[in-house]
Amino acid sequence: MGTVESIKSADTGASQDKPFLRINNLIKEFGDNRVVKNVSVTINKGEIFALLGSSGCGKSTLLRMLAGFETPTSGEILLDGKNIIADAPYHRPINMMFQSYALFPHLTVWDNIAFGLRREGMAKEEIADRVEKMLALVQLDTFGKRKPHQLSGGQQQRVALARSLAKRPQLLLLDEPLAALDKKLRERTQLELVNIIEQVGVTCVMVTHDQEEAMAMASRIAVMSDGVILQIGEPHNVYETPNCRFVADFIGSVNMFTGTVVEDEPDHVVIKTPECSHYVGHGITGTPGMAVSVAIRPEKIAVSAEKPEQEHNYVFGEVIELAYLGSYTVYHLKLASGAVIKATVSNTARHGAFHPKWGDKLYACWEDDAMVVLTR
Amino acid sequence: MKKFSKPGWLSGRTAVIGIPYFWLAICSLLPFLLVLKISFGEMDASGPFGTLLNYADGVVNLKIKLTNYIYLAMDDLYIIAYLNSIKYAALTTVMSLIIGYPFAYFMARASQSRRSILMMLVMLPFWTSFLLRIYAWKGMLSNNGVINNFLMSTGLIDAPIHMMNTEFSLMIGMVYSYLPFMILPLFTNLSKLDVRFIEAAADLGSTPWSTFWRVTVPLSKSGIIAGSMLVFIPCVGEFVIPDLLGGPSTIMIGHVMWDEFFSNVDWPMASTVTVVVILGVLIPMGILNKYQSEDEQKL
Repeated sequence: MGTVESIKSADTGASQDKPFLRINNLIKEFGDNRVVKNVSVTINKGEIFALLGSSGCGKSTLLRMLAGFETPTSGEILLDGKNIIADAPYHRPINMMFQSYALFPHLTVWDNIAFGLRREGMAKEEIADRVEKMLALVQLDTFGKRKPHQLSGGQQQRVALARSLAKRPQLLLLDEPLAALDKKLRERTQLELVNIIEQVGVTCVMVTHDQEEAMAMASRIAVMSDGVILQIGEPHNVYETPNCRFVADFIGSVNMFTGTVVEDEPDHVVIKTPECSHYVGHGITGTPGMAVSVAIRPEKIAVSAEKPEQEHNYVFGEVIELAYLGSYTVYHLKLASGAVIKATVSNTARHGAFHPKWGDKLYACWEDDAMVVLTR
Repeated sequence: MKKFSKPGWLSGRTAVIGIPYFWLAICSLLPFLLVLKISFGEMDASGPFGTLLNYADGVVNLKIKLTNYIYLAMDDLYIIAYLNSIKYAALTTVMSLIIGYPFAYFMARASQSRRSILMMLVMLPFWTSFLLRIYAWKGMLSNNGVINNFLMSTGLIDAPIHMMNTEFSLMIGMVYSYLPFMILPLFTNLSKLDVRFIEAAADLGSTPWSTFWRVTVPLSKSGIIAGSMLVFIPCVGEFVIPDLLGGPSTIMIGHVMWDEFFSNVDWPMASTVTVVVILGVLIPMGILNKYQSEDEQKL
């Protein structure tokens, strides 16, 4: 564990809730290639759990093992206490919303939603009733007779959701649920999707490579890399107290300094890096002389033209790049050491007085609780 | 861009599309029109090529003789031959589909290397002459052929089983010859089938068997139609296989046509038979094709 803080935050969140899905020591190998390496995770009833990682990190394979499309090399998957590893996909009380939806092109919207119910041998009136309810839930009441190709991307996504919820699964899997939508629609759909899932009350595991999507939708996030879960936690925990360099760098944007611990006290530490000395306002589990990284989020850095009145936690550099993004501006400062740091300044006033330009020399400073000390 | 948006009538694009159309017009449409014309005329001393138009006393006479068509509709021989043709062509199509679909399905699911081997096996028969292969079946199926000799030598039967010149030998020859034409379009279609649809069906609780009938088969409909057309159309007019492997009870329309041309030397009657076959195949196929292309657009 990297920091004292991150030890307690690694698996908190709704931990007092009842565990519903348990994945124990799950391993998946394709030939010699171990894609999922000994993953264990517990997911509680009713939560939206996101597996976040870049492509090839094993998150999709993990999801496919839950659905039953891949057989694990070893390990167990306990759904409500029962190991489902040996069950065929069509016997699992789990439904999946596929990436780009996989709606049956030869069936109408109505028949797509009814597909799973019919396989169950449900009575005709009951099917009709359930399909109508599902159509109402996703606000597509009048679209039942259409074929999937006659719908927009957003509508197709809602049909896919309705189809995967129609059987009232115990576990809902979402594979990149919003990847096929454009940005504007994606933001609106995120909240809509969460609303519907919470309304139904189904436990949900989603896979995404988009950290904003994961943070907006999930109650807890697991960051995966190279077949391993690096950190599990609520979105703000993962963002504010990443437990390793990879997580800090993968979630959001970060400035990373590497140096050594020069002063190690219970209530503070001082870390010397080539750029400056960092005064961290809490203790760490380390020893003097230990090599560590200091991670600071760009929005926690303030910039000013005057030298700040503090001994530590500031640098001096030249603006080599600035990007005005409307709600905030990103400044890239080149320091004497050659390192470049990013600082964001939110544009709260329409015509603020402080507008640094290219080539301006600026001070950048931060509070003693702004940084996270990472050892791995 | 302008070049593409406004093609002149002699542009490359017109030429590329035009050449095959020209070829079809000269080698297919024109002969058909000739046959159509002959079917309305009559055989005279100079042959079947007399003109239908006559000019005499300031009057143009167009003489269209429908006797042949009426005769065709009245005579059992022709009607039975037509029905036989449709029956055997339909049987061949259904049997090729039953044998070919599973084959194409597993070929489409096979690994890349195994796929090419299977494809080779499908194409292999084309390396030898079609006629030779049909004669080979004669050698296999006749009373003193390979199969009967083998069965008699093992003592399973005492007298040879009569297989040649029956419906059985005819169907063996037809299905054997036309099977590749069923497999190839089906394979092309099934190898494009997105595996996510199969997974989605399984995810929704559908057993593999149910998924096959409710997802795989409906989604490969265009392949089934294409394969069936490729088998059915040439089967209706098939002449060589029924002639060599069929018998007196399996007279098909191709044989009747041949008889009219070469035994009876009644070209107008032969042409009539031909025209009816062509129209009888073209019209339903045209309707099917239109229905299919409308359906394709929806997918």
